[in-house]
Parts: sequence; structure tokens; C-alpha cells
Amino acid sequence: MLHTVNKSPFTNNSLESCLDCVSNGAAVLLIEDGVYGALNGSNVADKVKAAMGKVTVYALSADVKARGVADKVIDGIKLVDYAGFVDLSTENDKVQSWL
Amino acid sequence: MSETKKFLYVNRKAPYGTVYALESLEVVLIGAAFEQDVQLLFMDDGVFQIAKGQDTGESEMKNFSPTYSALGDYDITKMYVDKQSLEERGLTLDDLIPLTYEDEDDDWAEKDSIRLVSRDEIAALMEEQDVVLSF
Repeated sequence: MLHTVNKSPFTNNSLESCLDCVSNGAAVLLIEDGVYGALNGSNVADKVKAAMGKVTVYALSADVKARGVADKVIDGIKLVDYAGFVDLSTENDKVQSWL
Repeated sequence: MSETKKFLYVNRKAPYGTVYALESLEVVLIGAAFEQDVQLLFMDDGVFQIAKGQDTGESEMKNFSPTYSALGDYDITKMYVDKQSLEERGLTLDDLIPLTYEDEDDDWAEKDSIRLVSRDEIAALMEEQDVVLSF
């Protein structure tokens, strides 16, 4: 199953709720302001790193680059382009958008 | 001569995700055009507005971050950044666009516009304004 998060983890608890509700093997895709959840060294980085033990975390490269944080992404988070977003949407049977 | 007032623009939203950052910038330029004493505060996700290296090519949005570098030419020389907000986000001063102005009272020497401030300093900063605009 695919989970998407599009809100900043510093202003909204969407990422936290998402990470609390993911199953083993799920995919989590960070998009729009959600990509700030991929920032290494932030207040939420440890929670994201802990989740990476059981889910694969992706971030949309266009949104990461737009926000100037491309060189600060946590190791192991996979950057995907728009085509990769489409692939994740079709490969997974369901999508939960944490709006 | 008309009265000059102290204006503080409080920027608390990340760029791109909402239109607040861009709209604030528009109003900042209007304030500067009317020769007001314009100051900017970046706190919470607002600190991301002046993050270095923004590249919107792939997302095809407008990258308005170069505009912050031009504000010094509009006599906007006081850009306050909340230290705590940077720390929470794993950022340092080096991750921000270097914002400067040329000081006409000091032989046009180039000086830093960014001033790191604490929450206590922000409280005092807000109190000393005539007008606070919230974004």
C-alpha cells in the first residue's frame, strides 16, 4: 500500500499519523511540503529513520529540489520523479493520502 | 513629508506549498515602494523561504527566492531569523541565502542583513513596531 504525505511535519501531524499507521513493506511518498520530512538532522528525522526499518520512504525530487533541500535528505530515502510517482500509484493496490 | 512607520512582516509558511510566501514578498515590495521602515521576520517553516539552492526547474513553479537577495537594494536591511526554528529543522545560517545590503552611511560597505534572534528578542521586536503583517 502507498501512503502519501503533503504537509510539513513542523506544522502538522500528518507525517506522524502516517508513520504510526503504516504496515511492514508499505511505501511512504513525501510530496509538496511533505518533503521537509526527509530533512536530515531535524526534530522529526529520528522518527522517519526508525520507520525506514519497516517501510520504504520516497520523496518527490521536483519538490525536494524546489525547496533547496536536495543535499540534506536522509540517506536511504529514495528520490523519485513524476513518472516514479505514477509507478508507485499503479504498483500499489491502495493509496492513503495524509492530507 | 508623510510619516514613516515601522512595519514587521512575519513569515511563518514554507514557500511553494501555499501562496503566503509569495504574497508576503509582494506586500514587502509595496511597503518598500512607499519608503516605510520595512523589516522581515522568518520563523517556523518561514525559514525555508530563504533556503539556499532552491531549484524549481523540474516542478515548473516560479522560483521567487532570488528576489530576497534584491531586497537590500530597496533599503530593506533588517531580516530577522528565529534561531530555534533553524535548529528544529536541522538548518544553520550556512543553509540560508546570504542576504546583504550596502550601507550608505559607511562608504557603501556590504553588510549582512540577516540577524539571528531568540524568541525573547522576537517578542520585543513585535512590541516596537507600528504595524505587524502576518503571513
